Amino acid sequence: MKHRTFFWFFLPTALAMLIFIAAPIVSVVLQSLFVPHEAVLIETENCGPFGCTPSTVIDQEATDKLRQEQPLGRFAGLEVYRDRGHLAVTEVRTAWAESESWGDFFSVLGNLPFYRSMAFTLTYTFTVTPLLIMLGFAIAVAVNSLNKHLKGVVIFFSLLPMIVNPLVGSLVLFWMIDSRGVLGSLIQYLADDPNLSLKASTGLMWISLIIYGVWHSAPFAFVVFYAGLQTVPMDTLESAQVDGATRWQQIRYVVIPHLMPLVTFVALIQLMDNFRVFEPIIGFNASAHAQSLSWIIFNDLGGETRQLSAAATTSVLTIIGVAILLSPVLVRTWRDFKEKA
Amino acid sequence: MYLKTTALAGALVLAAAGAASACEITGGRVSIIGNEFPAIQTVGAGAGECGGIEFNSNLTADHQKLNVAGMSGDPAEYTTAIIANSSIVALINEDVIQPLDDLVAQYGQDLRPNQLITIDGKVMAVAFMANAQHLVYRKDVLEQIGAEVPTSYEDMLAAAKMIRDQGIMDNPIGGAYAAGWNLAQEFNNMFLGYGGNHFKAGTAEPNVNSEAGVNALNMMKALSEYMNPDFLTHDSNATNAEYRAGNVALMNMWGSRAATLTTAEGVLQEVIDGHAIAGPMTVGGGATPASTLWWDGWTVAKNVSDADAEATFQAMMHGIRPAMLNDETSTLAVWLIDGYEPTPAAIGVFEAAQAGTIPYPMLPYMGLMHTALGNELADFMQGKESAEQALTDVEAAYVAAAKEKGFLN
Repeated sequence: MKHRTFFWFFLPTALAMLIFIAAPIVSVVLQSLFVPHEAVLIETENCGPFGCTPSTVIDQEATDKLRQEQPLGRFAGLEVYRDRGHLAVTEVRTAWAESESWGDFFSVLGNLPFYRSMAFTLTYTFTVTPLLIMLGFAIAVAVNSLNKHLKGVVIFFSLLPMIVNPLVGSLVLFWMIDSRGVLGSLIQYLADDPNLSLKASTGLMWISLIIYGVWHSAPFAFVVFYAGLQTVPMDTLESAQVDGATRWQQIRYVVIPHLMPLVTFVALIQLMDNFRVFEPIIGFNASAHAQSLSWIIFNDLGGETRQLSAAATTSVLTIIGVAILLSPVLVRTWRDFKEKA
Repeated sequence: MYLKTTALAGALVLAAAGAASACEITGGRVSIIGNEFPAIQTVGAGAGECGGIEFNSNLTADHQKLNVAGMSGDPAEYTTAIIANSSIVALINEDVIQPLDDLVAQYGQDLRPNQLITIDGKVMAVAFMANAQHLVYRKDVLEQIGAEVPTSYEDMLAAAKMIRDQGIMDNPIGGAYAAGWNLAQEFNNMFLGYGGNHFKAGTAEPNVNSEAGVNALNMMKALSEYMNPDFLTHDSNATNAEYRAGNVALMNMWGSRAATLTTAEGVLQEVIDGHAIAGPMTVGGGATPASTLWWDGWTVAKNVSDADAEATFQAMMHGIRPAMLNDETSTLAVWLIDGYEPTPAAIGVFEAAQAGTIPYPMLPYMGLMHTALGNELADFMQGKESAEQALTDVEAAYVAAAKEKGFLN
């Protein structure tokens, strides 16, 4: 393609990427470096239906002047990144110096919002991603060997979890595992413990969230693998059969190597998706047991006083986290590309 | 024939109501953002009856995520926000609402002085209802165990133990203890009941890690032993569902929800018959109830034209006019409107006001404290850490947030 043609061809995409990807990233980075001005407080009296009480309010005129002088707010540099709500540098350093054992150190870490949410996010990401790839692959292989007439119906039902809105899907599951719900009662009956509650135990809540995650994302892996299965070279498969390979050996030595690039693709997308886990935590009302970076952003913006800088900082940390998580896969793809070239 | 008469009578009543509520405004835009519960829906619908205006209303539980953003523009998208004493703080902090003194002088003849919310000498909001959390209980169950109506949380625990020991209910206490806003609010109630102050006097320095704070947490833990094990996921809706299903006999519930508690579909007959309301409870021998007083009211946006501000004020005044009170609307809330006759459902809130319950603190940094409490107390309720550690965490989380927002250095 001529450079000129390429330029005009690529321009709309480049513009869209600039507006929808680059600009928001620049904006959150900028917001994370600035914090609001120091509030000018004045003592006053508030009156209402229940009488008057001495109170404090923000002096709007003085604050307005500060805002006009510096519209972005106070420059804080990396201060917000280092505070307790984020990387908690001071707290971690103190804990490192003062803890007597690894257990002590980790229990202090587990008490800090960023590390607490990372513990859940990483556990979730690294259990859900492999499990959903395996499940998706198993479904794809099973569906592929089905009778032609059955296939359509089975494919439709296998895709349902992905069609259902994540929030609705998690709410449905949430009520089913309630201690008075269908699954919750069944588990109580099976464990013979009427007080057993999935929602009251952190471990069981994590397992529920992970099961939900696999249930929700497996159809995506299934669709991709199913499409891939249609391209498996028939001659290789047939020669393997002639050589007396069992069905398992055919899958292990012919199908899986053929689908490897797709596995990389699914892993890439799902690592990114699962790292941003959010809807099930809201749907399951699970914030007492499990928090993620996305949940922290939502919570900072949802309180009665919005914390924009804190939310922006967590967003930047999320972007960095996704980049780190994807780097091995990206490096690998780059190497494959170079080898082929 | 009977049907026809009824229909005719109904039509006449409607026509009469229509005539009585005539409200004509000469132009202007009225756009409401507010919470959704029956009393607020009534006020919003009332404002919408006015003719001659461009009317919009967005009543949603997510109102406080939308109101500041929706009022920051110029002109503001929302000309009025219906808020409570906690949520007005964010609007004042961001300076998006205007003083109403002139409009009150011009159009506010029907208002009673205690409806005017004055901050720093200026009227910033018009309150129309009061609210508080108080005891809701099953009188049939208390009769069965031969206990008096609890006036303190200690009595509540004793009654709960009897109910459980006699095998009447497994988890007789209900409470909106969902991690987040609800859990923090229950702590606020208990903390104030033990005589605590959230901040060191006159400053934004936190003061919850105190004897009152530890006592409050221990009492909450003791109560939770008698709750459904899923209590950390139960908000007011879920708690009410437990009560309606007959699984709960004693709970601390919002006045604005108590009146309609037994009118939902599928409530057990024994719950309807046994349903009763009392004032808020005290704790630890204190005289101040372990509860907070709330008002709900409306404001007018700063960034709107004078014509829109006037139209908004008039329409909202129409929404809370004394004539809107009737048998149906009177039960929905404890109205502050002139001519309101308290219904039996209002007794809880009235007793709360009479017993000297403290109003929810209207301070610029209270929202940050509430968020910090909501995030950090769940670990203690699950038995993962001590009360002192949980309160240390709350203060640390609050200080980090307050530094960022410029309230602390």
